[in-house]
Amino acid sequence: MASAIEVADLVVHRGARPVLHGLSCTIPEGSVTGLLGPSGSGKTTLMRAIVGVQVVKSGTVTVLGRPAGDAQLRKQIGYLTQAPSVYADLTVRENARYFAALYGLSASEADAAVRDVGLAAAAGQLVGNLSGGQRSRASLACAVVGRPKVLILDEPTVGQDPVLRDELWAQFRDMAQAGSTLVVSSHVMDEANRCDRLLLIREGALIADDTPAAVKAAAGTDDLDQAFLTLIRRQEPAVPGPRAGESASEVPA
Amino acid sequence: MILLHTTGRILRQLRHDRRTVAMLVAVPTLLLTLLYFMYQEQEFVFDRIALIMLGVFPFIIMFLITSIAMQRERTTGTLERLLTTPLRKTDLLFGYGLAFGVAAAVQASLAAALAYLLLDLDTQGGAGYVIMIAVANAVLGMALGLLASAFAKTEFQAVQFMPVLAVPQLLLCGLFVQRDQMAGWLQALSDVMPLTYAVEALQEVGAHAEPTGTMWRDFAIVAGAVVVSLAAAAGTLRRRTP
Repeated sequence: MASAIEVADLVVHRGARPVLHGLSCTIPEGSVTGLLGPSGSGKTTLMRAIVGVQVVKSGTVTVLGRPAGDAQLRKQIGYLTQAPSVYADLTVRENARYFAALYGLSASEADAAVRDVGLAAAAGQLVGNLSGGQRSRASLACAVVGRPKVLILDEPTVGQDPVLRDELWAQFRDMAQAGSTLVVSSHVMDEANRCDRLLLIREGALIADDTPAAVKAAAGTDDLDQAFLTLIRRQEPAVPGPRAGESASEVPA
Repeated sequence: MILLHTTGRILRQLRHDRRTVAMLVAVPTLLLTLLYFMYQEQEFVFDRIALIMLGVFPFIIMFLITSIAMQRERTTGTLERLLTTPLRKTDLLFGYGLAFGVAAAVQASLAAALAYLLLDLDTQGGAGYVIMIAVANAVLGMALGLLASAFAKTEFQAVQFMPVLAVPQLLLCGLFVQRDQMAGWLQALSDVMPLTYAVEALQEVGAHAEPTGTMWRDFAIVAGAVVVSLAAAAGTLRRRTP
């Protein structure tokens, strides 16, 4: 399978703090890759680097054969930030239609994206009046509306009810089936099991890059949660743990 | 096309904020009415000040609105998201210019209608030129607001750029002290401030029945200042951030 995203020796500093130190990975085309790791481990920073909005210190990120952030890629990449980035003073429909228009797509395609995220009933409401979960889905609608070849989703299912989460994952699968490449960050292990591949990041370094089955096999357990704990503990001598008093603050979106 | 969609989006945002729309329309007319009663006994002074204020209000209001709107685009992440899409920076900047230009045209027309019809404002030149200069001023305020927002990290900081960038222009534009009576260095400062030319253009409309060469030259200078500010603002929109 061809690779959609290649990250080589990526080093990113945010302020004085090193966030990613020499991370390398390859993400195959038409797959759903789960990006897992504790808060502050560098998940968002890696996603930002793939989208091409992150200033990097060294290393390369290649997306669909072009350097990340290349103008040609802007039509082909969709990005859902962790905090919903939609206009609170527009309705869901108006938001989706605006983002659709940026990709040269029609209003009916925008309306379809709103339906796909389960917001058809709230389409006429101002985003500012929606619940957190709905707002995040409005933002998701704007990320998927352009039918991107590469879709980077930073915690798309936080705060969603289980039925809806299941439906969203079914859609992610459909998109991958249709050839899109998805990178999805998550905290929920049940979701990790639905990915084709998993990347586990801790303290800015990759500690696992494999299929869920292989990750479990490597750790000698059937439980993904347990498998990650085992893998993290194995790394412990090599990777210094969080120092006392240091807050594991989330990287801003 | 993206430019027009962006303009439409910004106007739609405005439309949902009814109180802002009401204030955009009502505030300049109320302030002009206040001026009218202040100078009821001095009709000539009212004509001079009201004419200039027709150009100054849109400048200040659009500066404030744009710097906050842009600050919001930055803090809510919509700016970063827009810059990952096929949208060009000029689509965004001119989208704002067009949207607030339209809003300013409505605002200036209503304020001018009130000033001429109810408050007996008297100018030698036509009201159409006053509105044209007022709209150019609004777009200038918008362009400077876009630029200023890049240097503000919070909305608190953004609003404070208004006194920094707008008030000195107002003080030195010739409204309070005639420009030829200012100290040389003040005059030199006044010479490089775009609002000076906007006010001079308005004064030309006030004093001459037909548009003068000076008026057109001043109008061109204001338009040039808009282009320079927008170009500088484009430089502050970074697709990659630390």
